[in-house]
Amino acid sequence: MNTFLWVIFPYICLAVFVVGHVWRYRYDKFGWTTRSSQLYESKLLRIGSPLFHFGMLGVVGGHILGLILPQDWTDAVGLSHEAYHIIALAGGIPAGIAAVVGLVILIYRRRTVGPVFSATTINDKVMYAVLGVVIVLGMWNTIAGSLFTIGGEYNYRDGVSVWFRQIFAFQPDESLMAAAPFGFQLHGFLAFLLFAMWPFTRLVHVFSAPIGYFTRPYIVYRSRDRRPGAATGSRAQKRGWERVQ
Amino acid sequence: MKVMAQMAMVMNLDKCIGCHTCSVTCKQAWTNRSGMEYVWFNNVETRPGLGYPRGYEDQDKWQGGWTRKANGRLTLRAGGRLNKLLNIFSNPKMPSMSDYYEPWTYDYETLLNAPSQKHFPVARPHSLLSGKPINVEWSANWDDDLGGSHEHAAKDLMLKGIEDKVKLAFDDTFMFYLPRICEHCLNPSCAASCPSGAIYKREEDGIVLVDQDKCRGWRMCVTGCPYKKVYFNHKTGKAEKCTFCYPRIEVGIPTVCAETCVGRLRYIGLMLYDADKVLEAASVEDDHDLYESQRSVFLDPNDPHVQREAEKAGIPGDWITAAQKSPVHALINTYKVALPLHPEYRTMPMVWYIPPLSPVVDVIKDTGHDAEDADNLFGAIDALRIPVEYLANLFTAGDTVPVDRVLRKLAAMRSYMRDINLGRDPDPEIPARVGMGEEEMYNMFRLLAIAKYEDRYVIPTAHGEEAHALEELATDCPVTGYDDELLDVSGPFGEGSGRGSMTPVAIENFKMLERRQTSDTMQDGEHLKGRVNLLNWDGKGMPPGMFPDEDGER
Ligand code: SF4
Ligand code: SF4
Ligand code: SF4
Repeated sequence: MNTFLWVIFPYICLAVFVVGHVWRYRYDKFGWTTRSSQLYESKLLRIGSPLFHFGMLGVVGGHILGLILPQDWTDAVGLSHEAYHIIALAGGIPAGIAAVVGLVILIYRRRTVGPVFSATTINDKVMYAVLGVVIVLGMWNTIAGSLFTIGGEYNYRDGVSVWFRQIFAFQPDESLMAAAPFGFQLHGFLAFLLFAMWPFTRLVHVFSAPIGYFTRPYIVYRSRDRRPGAATGSRAQKRGWERVQ
Repeated sequence: MKVMAQMAMVMNLDKCIGCHTCSVTCKQAWTNRSGMEYVWFNNVETRPGLGYPRGYEDQDKWQGGWTRKANGRLTLRAGGRLNKLLNIFSNPKMPSMSDYYEPWTYDYETLLNAPSQKHFPVARPHSLLSGKPINVEWSANWDDDLGGSHEHAAKDLMLKGIEDKVKLAFDDTFMFYLPRICEHCLNPSCAASCPSGAIYKREEDGIVLVDQDKCRGWRMCVTGCPYKKVYFNHKTGKAEKCTFCYPRIEVGIPTVCAETCVGRLRYIGLMLYDADKVLEAASVEDDHDLYESQRSVFLDPNDPHVQREAEKAGIPGDWITAAQKSPVHALINTYKVALPLHPEYRTMPMVWYIPPLSPVVDVIKDTGHDAEDADNLFGAIDALRIPVEYLANLFTAGDTVPVDRVLRKLAAMRSYMRDINLGRDPDPEIPARVGMGEEEMYNMFRLLAIAKYEDRYVIPTAHGEEAHALEELATDCPVTGYDDELLDVSGPFGEGSGRGSMTPVAIENFKMLERRQTSDTMQDGEHLKGRVNLLNWDGKGMPPGMFPDEDGER
């Protein structure tokens, strides 16, 4: 069971994540969008959306530090365990609270504003449920586990983090996760489930962060495609769809 | 010098009767889908009035277009690149549905199903978004023909500086119609605002398009366009805009809105311009100079030097010929009677307007004077400052000099032609008073009043060398199909459909259309949402609720 949960399942999810995104990008560029509902309602969105998104950026940044940076490294630069902990909590808790408050506002808005609610698909609802639970569990692990040490102290940097890095080295040690508190287990499990769902939901918009905007000229010029057989408009002809001569 | 060609339009406002035919045909061609119910790529607004979306000209509020910084450089009014990305999670300046209007349909079912009762049953309006009954309070042309203008028109920003003098009492004011489409600007702020780089200007004809595969739904273009001519499709989550009917233009036929214009007031043709000078021209200090500075980037297609440069830039010979015959070029640069709409937004718009003389003519007529007498007309143009200043606020950033000049030309033409029409000797004095020759004036009259289809629309075909195969309309000789590949593309059973260049653009909407037309029932209010009504029906299929059942019953 542990092998399935902490070895097989994560790999399945990551594979689905990668292949799913490639598939989606190739076959559904048209559906690749934020599906913004700002047109219907903008006052609540104006507060909720930046809170949530910036909060999430902070949370993701925190995860990268906590999961990817080995404890040896911070030890090596002379950062004590306590000091690291305080920094992590000082950064993580405000970001987490912002994300949760933002999420609550956004979900409230989704439910109460008529047109927004009717534009919410089942796909969206399932995704929000998983995302919401993952976030709340994460907050719980941080606040209950690290701040008030309910249920005993657990240093995730000796356990979950090591396991997470091992995944990418293709040598995950399932016992590390099996020994983790239930809250961490569930958070990790659902997070991988979310990765698996990712390419099929609106979450794909995360990967369209428009970095190129900083470097490209303001006005984009493009040429009409003149190659024979190209469809009207100026999109490049797709491979395999060349016109039969 | 970098010569580029731009497909452009001029509209002669004196001839617009405000019939909205252009809006409806455009809608049925391009925005008859759910998600686009509220969208009018072409809209006709009554001025003075608020326009569509409501009050879009208030750039202090909407922050569209460019502004000139103190150092003389242009910047997006809504903020540059960094600002855009910081605000990407919620656009602070985006119009909401209520600024356009909440699209609705009527519950016609009640009319058919109501039991016999004392009071006549009514079909109540239901929102197409939520399916709930709504109270209709605004639409794309709510203040049509000055309806309710004592309440709304006072908020018209173009009345600035003349508010106190204008009477908005219905029978006391002036009025004209302003049809608007996307301007296909030379310096489009919509494209500049797009973080994904999905909006582009076509090198060949300058048409500004949104790449639907690259758009990620950030909505910055909606804010960026000062004319509010990019719209957000709330079903697909992508931005859409007027395409200048490029599939038609590519095969040499005019846009839908121009083709169907009842007043025959639209002209389509090429303008050659120097792309290297656009930014400089858009950055001149004084707003009043923008009209002349934009004219200065246009090139004379009859100048051999320009022709050589154009050839170097890869512009085909027939395009240069078309540019020489372009009615748009004639109206903008030869007769100089067309003016840009809101040059002060600094996007260098390319749909220009001949301002209407009718507000002036109407006043003279009302006072019982001869409205075709040159002296009366000239005198009235000088005396009637209100319409002139209003027009100047629309077309020249408030500078009345060019508007005066255009109106005087139109007035001169009016009275000069009256003599000819009545068989009297034409008076060469009249054209001379506005600096024109007799022949020039007569030619201008022909172009403005009685120009034929092929004079109004001079559209060279695109050089795909296959252009004909692209079109959806059969303007080709039917027989040519038999001995070339056209035959195997269509085939007796339509087996070629969806292959190669014969695929009409409309096909990508087909699945959407089919689903919409086959799924919704009319049984309860909930399902009125997204329903097809006459406006967004494209003639295909049998949307439920639109026709009675075959046996005559519902
Ligand atoms: S008018 Fe058209 S081209 Fe100009 S900024 Fe607006 S959408 Fe872009
Ligand atoms: S050019 Fe075509 S898309 Fe644009 S407003 Fe006219 S009909 Fe509509
Ligand atoms: S169809 Fe022509 S006359 Fe009618 S409203 Fe449109 S532009 Fe004006």
